[in-house]
Amino acid sequence: MAYEKFKILKSNCVPLPIENVDTDQIIPARFLKATERIGFGDNLFRDWRYNSDDTPKKDFVLNNKKFSGKILVGGKNFGSGSSREHAAWSIYDYGFRCVISSFFADIFRGNCLNIGVLPVQVSSGFLDKIFSVVFDDPKSEIIVSLPEQTVTIVKLNISESFEINSYKKENMLNGYDDIDYLMNIKDSIKTFSKTTPL
Amino acid sequence: MSKTLFDKVWDSHVVHKIKDGPDVLFIDRHMVHEVTSPVAFLGLKQRGIKVLFPEKTFATADHNTPTVNQHLPVKDPLSANQLLALEKNSELHGISYWGLGHEKNGIVHVVGPEYGITQPGATIVCGDSHTSTHGAFGAIAFGIGTSEVEMVLSTQCIMQPKPKKMRITIDGKLSKGVSPKDVALFIISKLSTSGATGYFVEYSGEVFRDMSMEGRMTVCNLSIEMGARGGMIAPDSKTFDYIKNREFTPKNKNWTKAMQYWETLESDQDAVFDKELKFDGELINPMITYGTNPGMGIGISKEIPLAKNQDGGIETYKKSLNYMNFDEGQSMIGKNIDFVFLGSCTNGRIEDFREFTKIIKGRKKASNVTAWLVPGSHQVEKAIKDEGLLDILIESGFELREPGCSACLAMNDDKIPSGKYAVSTSNRNFEGRQGPGSRTLLASPLVAAAAAVTGKITDPRTLY
Repeated sequence: MAYEKFKILKSNCVPLPIENVDTDQIIPARFLKATERIGFGDNLFRDWRYNSDDTPKKDFVLNNKKFSGKILVGGKNFGSGSSREHAAWSIYDYGFRCVISSFFADIFRGNCLNIGVLPVQVSSGFLDKIFSVVFDDPKSEIIVSLPEQTVTIVKLNISESFEINSYKKENMLNGYDDIDYLMNIKDSIKTFSKTTPL
Repeated sequence: MSKTLFDKVWDSHVVHKIKDGPDVLFIDRHMVHEVTSPVAFLGLKQRGIKVLFPEKTFATADHNTPTVNQHLPVKDPLSANQLLALEKNSELHGISYWGLGHEKNGIVHVVGPEYGITQPGATIVCGDSHTSTHGAFGAIAFGIGTSEVEMVLSTQCIMQPKPKKMRITIDGKLSKGVSPKDVALFIISKLSTSGATGYFVEYSGEVFRDMSMEGRMTVCNLSIEMGARGGMIAPDSKTFDYIKNREFTPKNKNWTKAMQYWETLESDQDAVFDKELKFDGELINPMITYGTNPGMGIGISKEIPLAKNQDGGIETYKKSLNYMNFDEGQSMIGKNIDFVFLGSCTNGRIEDFREFTKIIKGRKKASNVTAWLVPGSHQVEKAIKDEGLLDILIESGFELREPGCSACLAMNDDKIPSGKYAVSTSNRNFEGRQGPGSRTLLASPLVAAAAAVTGKITDPRTLY
């Protein structure tokens, strides 16, 4: 599915300094019943964001008007648990284009890359600096440059580089899709299929 | 060059390598369920393409299905719509579909092995993280997202960087009352939920060799809970005996040919792993979790660890105990519970019901406990009846529900109420996993049975 190209993102961010944020928190299973990719942003962090009577929980960061932006900053081991891509969809549909953490769960990271959310892994020291700057001044901006593979805390004028393989980088810079790539080598896939033992 | 089991299977499935990018990996078996597939099928429709290899694709309904009155129309319109979508998509693309009411219906990771779809040396994917279950047969099996489901439907391939390799060796004999679930919860408690992220795990050693295929499936199933993409165990005579003569396994000459491949499937003596871990099987006790991720587990007779002894994330740790309404230093034994859930792709197989029944036989369900016993498939349900286990369950005051994922993820009506404690044989104790506000204690079928008859956390070894 097509997504917005990702080049350089300069934005405020939303801090969520909790570790092991799992995909059941990002989007609880009872909201996975759709047959189209519509409306998942409304249920992002549903049970942390809303009370059982659907009133907003005042102390949750998404309900705090001070914090906004296209970058979500989470604690270590972000996105653990289920393979539901709905978690990445809900983050994208809410309006985030980038998640920064000191560690990502594997399937979640892959799902993000496949739908146009850039997962940026930084050192735990750098992550702590982002949290402290943003809590200190919610208007603080972060610049994420995919071409340079750097993330910068503007206020402190410090940067750190992040990893992404060059194939995925190219995809995100151009909004390309893996399936287009695979469709182009379909003949060799069919030939290969005849050689598999099972 | 020496290769690990994982290398052998992975390398033989690489169609194409992309420089500084992922491998294009050919997929032998693609399992599909109703929740993570509709948007992928929609993608195919938009591209105007059909499923490339429908004969390598198998669909079942499990996540969203009711576990009572399955003969009646599904009440929840959203669930019904999702089930209908999978039925229509399967028909359109010529995929075999084992929907609600079909004799082969059940949890995708239970029916795959039962019908011999799961085979050694195969690459198997499904839009579900517990696809790692199938690694018990020496397959490379892992969960994928919906974009990848679309990828496999349309091209039978997936693009993945090759993971690093970890071997976990456990030798020794397990003590009485210690089950495969305890082995897995023990490993996760040592590694944490991110300790194996980026790795594919091979389990080796006496403990896994001694395990039944059901037990191996439980262990491999929980690989994802330590962050690993998957886990696998080299196939042996137990594996071959299990799969022989199942509906989808090769027959006659084809069996002989397949065996030639399968018998090569073990790590070479001098194969190198990126990480090796060893544990002593005799030191493992029945386990239970006390927090909100599967890494927060302890031996059942131990106390809840102190926050100050945590490696970091003290605030996250306290938040977790607060959610559970537990205090650090408390003993788990004797805590009252409200629900027991026996089932799921982790522990919903016949062996799990046999274990559960061992404890409850001659005892009565505690009056404060609501018990949901959910077989993983119709085949498991039938075996429960044929082996006389159902009579024992009924005699003790239990009922059997119909197959499905049920309260493991509570997408259907099987939701644990807010604030209630459930001893569950499933795989995740995340906040609200079993229903908003629910509090989950992960454990083995034996521990679940002990809780079901005493109404509180009880060491099953005291009930033999």
